[in-house]
Amino acid sequence: MSSLVPFWFIVIAFFWTGFFILEGFDFGVGMLHSAVGRDDAGRRAAINTIGPLWDGNEVWLIVAGAAMFAAFPGWYATMFSAFNLALVLLLVALIARGLAFEYRGKRDAIRWRRTWDVLLTAGSVLAPLVIGIALGDLLHGLPIDSHQDYTGSFWDLFQPYGVFTGITLVLICALHGATFLALKTTDDMHDRAWQLARRIAPFTCAAVIGFAIWTHVSSGRGTFFLNPIELLAILAAIAALWLVYGDSAGFAFAATTVTIASCIVTIFVDLYPNVMVSTTNSAYNLTAHNTASGGYTLKVMTVVSIILVPVVLAYQSWTYYVFRRRVSRREFSAPSLAKTGAAGTGSG
Amino acid sequence: MANVDLARWQFAFVTINHFFFVPVTIGLAFLTALLQTAWYRSGRDEYLRLTRFFGTLLVINVAIGVVTGLVQEFQFGMDWGAYSRLVGNVFGAPLAMEGLAAFFLESTFLGLWLFGWDKLPRRVHLLTIWAVSLGTVLSALFIMAANSWMQHPVGYTMVGGKPQLDDIWALFTNPVFVWGYAKVLLASLVTGGAVMLAVSAWQLRHGKDRDVFARSARLSLIVLVPAILFTMLVGDELGVIEARYQPMKIAAAEAQWTTCQPCSFSLFQIGGGNQDQTPTQIIEIPHLLSLLATNSWNGKVVGLTPLQNQYSAKYGPGYYVPNVFIQYWSMRVMAYGGVLAFLIYAWGLWLIRRKKLATARRFLWVATWAAVLPFAMNTAGWLLTESGRQPWIVQGIMLTKNGISPSLSVTWIAISLAVFILVYAVAATVDLLLMLKYARNPLPPPRSEADADQPVPAVQY
Repeated sequence: MSSLVPFWFIVIAFFWTGFFILEGFDFGVGMLHSAVGRDDAGRRAAINTIGPLWDGNEVWLIVAGAAMFAAFPGWYATMFSAFNLALVLLLVALIARGLAFEYRGKRDAIRWRRTWDVLLTAGSVLAPLVIGIALGDLLHGLPIDSHQDYTGSFWDLFQPYGVFTGITLVLICALHGATFLALKTTDDMHDRAWQLARRIAPFTCAAVIGFAIWTHVSSGRGTFFLNPIELLAILAAIAALWLVYGDSAGFAFAATTVTIASCIVTIFVDLYPNVMVSTTNSAYNLTAHNTASGGYTLKVMTVVSIILVPVVLAYQSWTYYVFRRRVSRREFSAPSLAKTGAAGTGSG
Repeated sequence: MANVDLARWQFAFVTINHFFFVPVTIGLAFLTALLQTAWYRSGRDEYLRLTRFFGTLLVINVAIGVVTGLVQEFQFGMDWGAYSRLVGNVFGAPLAMEGLAAFFLESTFLGLWLFGWDKLPRRVHLLTIWAVSLGTVLSALFIMAANSWMQHPVGYTMVGGKPQLDDIWALFTNPVFVWGYAKVLLASLVTGGAVMLAVSAWQLRHGKDRDVFARSARLSLIVLVPAILFTMLVGDELGVIEARYQPMKIAAAEAQWTTCQPCSFSLFQIGGGNQDQTPTQIIEIPHLLSLLATNSWNGKVVGLTPLQNQYSAKYGPGYYVPNVFIQYWSMRVMAYGGVLAFLIYAWGLWLIRRKKLATARRFLWVATWAAVLPFAMNTAGWLLTESGRQPWIVQGIMLTKNGISPSLSVTWIAISLAVFILVYAVAATVDLLLMLKYARNPLPPPRSEADADQPVPAVQY
């Protein structure tokens, strides 16, 4: 039994957490872009706060999935097979979102843009909801037989705890996006983002407290007191609620970042050493050890990751530095859209 | 229809669709980087205008390549769970490397390139498009290493019925990978070049700025002619390698039921798809199949029937012959398409020499429509490769019918297939319409002398 198995469990948790920290505010911006930007210029400004970033952020999801495939093939196989239709829904949501970013501005027609706005909003709500349900189900458990195969139906995926996890993640992403927009926009958009953050924060905070306690109970550890990471999630959510009434978008965004990160880490901490719980029989639980790849594969992937992950983090951080400036809706209202679009500069 | 058949249809549908966009991205990213380098070095405005023009087409195409790529990454686990469980510790490794080394690079630097025109120094900005191009090329590298392992498994030992990776380098020195990867890169260059030429040719016939588009037409032809020639040569060598490791694939591509030596290549035939049919061969070229499959004038090609007997003896009873009709005609679409494309592009090169390219209306019309050829050839190439591997999902290790997720019902897979067909049809239509719209737009206007030292405005959504 390779000591790299727990290490790779941590790596998988790291990729999922990174994904939610980064794509979390992309989802939030997608949900709120129409509310924060009242007109087309405002919506474009909202979308352009994440314009250069969202695609790189989404790769964290692909890498999380691919790393599971390489390091824990059994986990990847059972989880992705069980969630087959749910993942189809997730993929449709992500396809709609991705195309909305790129294609929305490519035609100067109101109906075209409104259609993509709706798809962007819907996709941005649906994606964290589905992923949340899936992550929650890992911990709550699903009918899994002795061959590690899922034996339930599509509707068995909708367990109360999983659904609640999904809703919690949607609410956190919404708040995370709102604080991000407050940080990255100016004038009336900035003000509206603050207002939205204040309106969403109480719901997010309540959901996170409920989530932390429910997760603690679901994990079946039998201890009365919450573990430190569950406590951190609650404290961060309360801090976020408090800070959105202050006047520093930076602090508020930091608090929502810690909130979303600690919620994801909570799931993985409470899950270990299991990776998927079986409700059929606890002897059938998928664990990090009974789903892991061979020691050689883990060694190879460890070397590759140790070299590449710091490089990726370096250039993604640099991207955030390059695009650190706030985006103003004035940049988008000046000339007619048709002109810049027709110039073939890919604007819009 | 059984769930395996439906799952295969689904995989084929989403993968063929995905691969319409991938080679355009690989080829066009490289050509756009070339154009921007020309601008950086010469400072001539027309290269900047071309960079922005073709960069827009690149981005429209990348968008759909990225979102259909998500499906690719997930569907191994979704539909092929037993396969993923069995081979994940070999096959998953290059996939994870692809994400870490290629997808991050491509997506992050595409954002920097698009939105960074006015924020980065020119030299750094030029590097971002080259980083995008490198990302696309690396992505193909890792996925081809993974795919080649399914064609010719290497670098593993069987432990308790499961292949265990024990030599990662073997995946990247696998001869099927080395030649297959070279072929994919060249074919991508052909596809990107064909798109650039088609757009330039249309603009030369209908648009303004003819002198500028004459430049991009020349660039694409200079890339295309050697690229298509090398694609065919590499493809030929790949055929020899496949004949060595997957003899069924090549015998089926020739509908060769009995062993022959020397073997002739049939240019066209009717029938012969089933063992009991006698093919009506119309024309055949002596010795050509021997050359193609073995690199020797009198080489022996073992027929499907003896191969079937060999495989039955080795792997137990079963039918190990792939779909001969698909193999035979995929091979011919590639071969004839390649020759036709080569002739068209050589014609263009001859026109450049005669300095008549920009006014040769007949050629320009043909060159616009010739953009269809690489897409047909790419699709045929993958059909030949993947259908020719059947009935195996991993040659010699696992049969396709055993690779499916046991929990996958016919209803589930039918629903997901219907959803994907619907979503892809809409997305591909939107993509095609936008590509056509932006391909017919005029070039961005030239910049005045006074602006030449100002930053170029960024691209925004």
